[in-house]
Amino acid sequence: MKRKLHPALIAFAVLVFIFLTGPLVIIIGSSLSSSEFLEFPPQGLSLRWYENAFDISAFRRTMGTSFFLAVAGTALSMLVGVPAAYAMARYRVQLPGWLGNVFVLPVLIPEIVLGFSIMKTITTGYEVPVLPSLLIGHALLVLPYCVRVTGASLNSFDFSIEEAAVSLGCPRWKAFFIVILPNIRAGLIAAFILAFITSLNDVSISLFLTGPGVSTLPIQLLAHMEQFFDPTIASVSVVLMFITVGVMAVVERTLGLTFLTK
Amino acid sequence: MTVSLTLENITAHYGKTMVLEDLNLHVGEGELVSLLGSSGCGKTTTLRLVAGFLEPTAGHIRLGDRDLTRLPSHARDIGLVFQTYALFPHLSVKDNVAFGLKQRGIATAERNKRAMDMVERVGLSGFADRYPANLSGGQRQRVALARALVIDPPLLMFDEPLSNLDAKLRVEMRVEIRRLQQANGTTALYVTHDQEEAFSISDRVAIMNKGRIMQLDTPEVLYSRPANAFVADFVGFENVIEAVATGEDGDMILAEAGGALLKLPKSHFELPGKEFLLAARADGLTVTAAPGEGLPATLGLRTYLGRAYQYVCETQAGTLTANGPLGAPLETGANAVLIPQPEQCCVLPREAL
Ligand SMILES: Nc1ncnc2c1ncn2[C@@H]1O[C@H](COP(=O)(O)OP(=O)(O)OP(=O)(O)O)[C@@H](O)[C@H]1O
Ligand SMILES: [Mg+2]
Repeated sequence: MKRKLHPALIAFAVLVFIFLTGPLVIIIGSSLSSSEFLEFPPQGLSLRWYENAFDISAFRRTMGTSFFLAVAGTALSMLVGVPAAYAMARYRVQLPGWLGNVFVLPVLIPEIVLGFSIMKTITTGYEVPVLPSLLIGHALLVLPYCVRVTGASLNSFDFSIEEAAVSLGCPRWKAFFIVILPNIRAGLIAAFILAFITSLNDVSISLFLTGPGVSTLPIQLLAHMEQFFDPTIASVSVVLMFITVGVMAVVERTLGLTFLTK
Repeated sequence: MTVSLTLENITAHYGKTMVLEDLNLHVGEGELVSLLGSSGCGKTTTLRLVAGFLEPTAGHIRLGDRDLTRLPSHARDIGLVFQTYALFPHLSVKDNVAFGLKQRGIATAERNKRAMDMVERVGLSGFADRYPANLSGGQRQRVALARALVIDPPLLMFDEPLSNLDAKLRVEMRVEIRRLQQANGTTALYVTHDQEEAFSISDRVAIMNKGRIMQLDTPEVLYSRPANAFVADFVGFENVIEAVATGEDGDMILAEAGGALLKLPKSHFELPGKEFLLAARADGLTVTAAPGEGLPATLGLRTYLGRAYQYVCETQAGTLTANGPLGAPLETGANAVLIPQPEQCCVLPREAL
């Protein structure tokens, strides 16, 4: 027997679908426009704005910076976040309960405040150069994802396999790498992707930390938009989108992304 | 290489709570000793101490001539079978078994050979490339066993290894464990809260209560001659009666219990003191119609056991459980006497539990 769906439910589902995909359709559409203005539906089809985007060296440069920050910032954050998540899951009884919340602070504090504080202390206070302070800022920004998502897969973790490894002659530190990490791989990948995307798209932190000569792609887009309101920004967005999707696809192919559907 | 395990005056705490108190235990070479006791009495804690996952607050642990007390866990060389098996989910059966060999730096070829031999010995030849998630409970149990056995440890420890299996498999597997342990001559410490399992598999059994060993003996001795009221109750002596010796009559001991005079043959009983406890299984107290020589009782509920009738009996010594012959069932409310059968009774010191 076929289940009957209420018409209102169908209508609601369609609305949600339009709401989610609409912006993508508009951006992709307007990036293909041949007119001088950002508009939808596009007037005529052309790839000239893609060409234009790649012609502007600032976009090429900041895209490199953005990717570097997303990869290095996330890696740095994982280096701190994964051991922290492990310790909090393993020694839950001994450690105070509020400790986990400390690692979520960066998402609780308004990003503007966070960005400003980092600028005040790191860039102005310690006179750290622009790129390193951007790196620190991005690592902090994504730390909650690294700790929380990794922590979620460690919370239900049966640590007796760690003891099994130790009883079989494997030192504790080694057991962390060969027994714990392989078994929370799904959580690690999820954490990495979430953190990577968050870093790549960040505006508010980068706004405070970018300086002379060093900028990120979203900031550069913002700057470009202030002067030109042409479809270049749409085409850059589309490129950014496809690269993100590409990264996720590669990760899925190599490591398996079934955790998102499970 | 067979060695013995010795725990000397071990005391252990979790935080401020004392979990084990002045525990002494010796497991001889090639011997299998079980720790038996109710939930929370400290069985797992004892294993964790020996494995090195927990440090004792006092005392020493020796394995052969090695002092383990301060040795890190991974250097102790002990095979451990966990209650939840704790197999590595990301490794195949073969790699699970080979794990310990790999840690010992054994070359790939030999490692694989030894792992496969062991996989075969536990009857899993066709499953070497499967992952733990795709195995049944019994098969996982075998992998856990193989993984602990393959490193050929001088000491094997089991923490309720069969509690997740169904009744039939439990019996099969415990025979298997015993067979492998004896074949290798490995010294073993086995934890269970199933009395039948402990008695059937062990050379000796330690009955534990609240972090202390109440009695450590062979199953036969525990079953027929418990050393104290706790053990008596544990091995199924339903009745524990307070008694006082009053004198002797030839080869009989005279004792007063529950307002009656009892005669106990000297050949069977060695009194621990003037005041003592008489422990009896239901089968060890025979219900006969009054009047007669024995403990006077008023009969309560009667149940049919197949081989006998069982009665709840009200006596001056408290409520007792006793059996009567099938031929003549007695009615509720009837007066009767309970006659102790020396072979099914024992005497215990009277002391605080
Ligand atoms: N990590 C811990 N922290 C604090 N107390 C604990 C801890 N583990 C065990 N205990 C306490 O120590 C006592 C002994 O526990 P243990 O695990 O040794 O019992 P057990 O005999 O193995 O019981 P079971 O048959 O239920 O497995 C219990 O009272 C328990 O509550
Ligand atoms: Mg236990």
